[in-house]
Amino acid sequence: MGLDEFFVTGEPLIYAGMVAIVLVSGAIIFLLTYFKKWKWLWREWLTSVDHKKIGIMYILSALAMLFRAGTDALMMRTQLAFPDMNFLDAQHYNEIFTTHGTIMIFFMAMPFLIGLMNIVVPLQIGARDFAFPYVNALSFWSFFFGAMLFNVSFVIGGSPDAGWTSYTPLAGAAMSPGPGQNFYLLGLQLSGIGTLATGINLMVTILKMRAPGMTLFKMPIFTWSTLITSFIITFAFPILTVALALMTVDRIFGSQFFTLTGEGLPMMWANLFWMWGHPEVYIVILPAFGIFSEVIATFAKKRLFGYNVMVWSLILIAGLSFLVWVHHFFTMGAGAFVNSVFSVSTMAIAVPTGVKIFNWLATLYKSKIKTTTAMMWALAFIPSFTIGGITGVMLGMAAADYQFHNSYFLIAHFHYVLVAGTVFGCFAGLVYWYPKMFGHTLNERIGKWSFWLFVIGFHVCFLPQYFLGLDGMPRRVFHVVPEWFNLNVISTIGAFGMGLGFAVFVYNIYYSYRHSEREKTGDPWDARTLEWATTTPVPEYNFAVIPHVKSHDAYWDMKQKGETIYDESKLEPIHMPNSTGRPFIMMAILAFTGFALVFEWIWLAVAGLIGALVIMGIRSFDYDEGYHISVEDIKRTERSARGQSHELR
Amino acid sequence: MANRSRNIPIKHIIGFVTSVVLTFVAAWTALRSNLPVMWVIISILVLAVIQAAIQLFLFMHLTERGAGNTPWNMMFHGAVLAAIIVAGSLFTMSFGFM
Repeated sequence: MGLDEFFVTGEPLIYAGMVAIVLVSGAIIFLLTYFKKWKWLWREWLTSVDHKKIGIMYILSALAMLFRAGTDALMMRTQLAFPDMNFLDAQHYNEIFTTHGTIMIFFMAMPFLIGLMNIVVPLQIGARDFAFPYVNALSFWSFFFGAMLFNVSFVIGGSPDAGWTSYTPLAGAAMSPGPGQNFYLLGLQLSGIGTLATGINLMVTILKMRAPGMTLFKMPIFTWSTLITSFIITFAFPILTVALALMTVDRIFGSQFFTLTGEGLPMMWANLFWMWGHPEVYIVILPAFGIFSEVIATFAKKRLFGYNVMVWSLILIAGLSFLVWVHHFFTMGAGAFVNSVFSVSTMAIAVPTGVKIFNWLATLYKSKIKTTTAMMWALAFIPSFTIGGITGVMLGMAAADYQFHNSYFLIAHFHYVLVAGTVFGCFAGLVYWYPKMFGHTLNERIGKWSFWLFVIGFHVCFLPQYFLGLDGMPRRVFHVVPEWFNLNVISTIGAFGMGLGFAVFVYNIYYSYRHSEREKTGDPWDARTLEWATTTPVPEYNFAVIPHVKSHDAYWDMKQKGETIYDESKLEPIHMPNSTGRPFIMMAILAFTGFALVFEWIWLAVAGLIGALVIMGIRSFDYDEGYHISVEDIKRTERSARGQSHELR
Repeated sequence: MANRSRNIPIKHIIGFVTSVVLTFVAAWTALRSNLPVMWVIISILVLAVIQAAIQLFLFMHLTERGAGNTPWNMMFHGAVLAAIIVAGSLFTMSFGFM
């Protein structure tokens, strides 16, 4: 294999990408060396098992991925703005819509939400860390290296180009030879390990490590949504793991699971993919529902309306999410009876979702709404998401779906639910919990600018796409005809509005870091749940004394009674886990293994696997017991954190 | 945690070795054994049941006290999901040929 086959050649945009990668990596290496920060990076971040730091790394990576896949989106919209544009050629366009979808789902939406869960859930339930901090670090690095493996494809080997759904037979070895699809399979497989591990980890954490007194129905609603999401992850991800493994064996070792020849069943891929894929859309929307519930309750200054019903509707949605997958491929032609069954089950999901919408509205009803940036994201979510939901019911009607299928109507629908649901949720959550993470709030004025730019851009971008779909524009075309020109150019303008909104959001992070007032109370929003009872910055052990919870909205009630969670007389030494570099090393080795498999260098891959097994073996004989923080140290930390804000009680 | 015993975990080693052996036997049956297809399917199913039993009893804390109903709860949900996957795939992928 020559270097010209190894690197992607002949595409000016990709050459520019290579130059950018070299420059950015060079700059990072230079800055770390110049400021002598390598040791700091390794000790404080890369080897950390602290859920708060891992959460921040998740969110930073997710923002970087949002930038990357957002750039893909803008390139697509540029190509589609005018009839017969030649900004991208067909192959490049195929690669870009594939990476856009894959990265947005796997490497943006999920890690962003998992990052927020990482930071918030242990604080909300009064725990000191995850149940398995070591596994948590392993999860993060598996996601990170999986994302890197996938992302490197656009300069090395060539990106996958069969869509984010990677349907066979197109994605099989016969019709997509070369490393592109292998990057998809192995990148997702590697990051999938981490997602599954996180699902189990969060489930155990929430079930086993709640503060005394916090029964399941006294848990904050975000923790509830995380618990339900963890269940969906744990049950749905193995399906993807198996499907990916089967296709990998197909492509690399020549088996015939999804091929056209040798009794393969190409549509079985679609079947398995969506058995995972439909629960997956709830994996990325339920945590967002949880975030909105917290934000709305906080800024409406009310207990969440219908808390129990909210929980039950989450559970119902989770159960139904495993029973609707065929609505993604009604046009496969499974027959009228099969389609009818899944059409009905699909519409049933609208019921618990509608219940949630009305509960949010009822929470807002007659309340004193504080329109902070986080609350505005939540308020924009309700109507926007409802439009996405209603068009979803339209798509769910099997007969009508034969018209809508694979048109821009579908594109508009799932962007309305994923952007208005998940992305707004991520932004709302980040703005809301930002002071807990970094010790200062984000600037409200700039935050509102980014909000309006993004939300208006979003509607301008995607509302026309419904009508483009009704006008017959199919998805995944790279040339538009003049009949579709007007709506496409409007849509592109909207897309750049969203890009601008994101840029302002990122600028706000920088601006607030420089200028925002440092947050000392630990509770800037006058919020209701336990995470706000901790001091800011949150000490590594989170809670000096494990709080006793008596009601839902525990911290709100404590504030009403003038209590705090801190009681110096009850301090005991705290047992904490040690940092470890092994998760980082193991996942780096597995990423190397995956890279070797992408190019089908079998012996190199075997060597990598042996390396990973060795690390696992070392881990099996690991007698690291962690360490204890002494009472004196805790007192010192708490006094300096609390002394400035309010007197010790 | 502090007084963790450092005895050789004989049960786990037996379980580990048996499950590896069973995996290899299953692979050999499917790839190299020249049995009729129906017998291949039956034998790997039997091997799978034994494998699952080993996992459950030797590794998955099924015999431990104090875990309450949790393992059974998860097994129930796992079984329901497996049923959905198998029955659902047959239902949708049969294209009316069943």
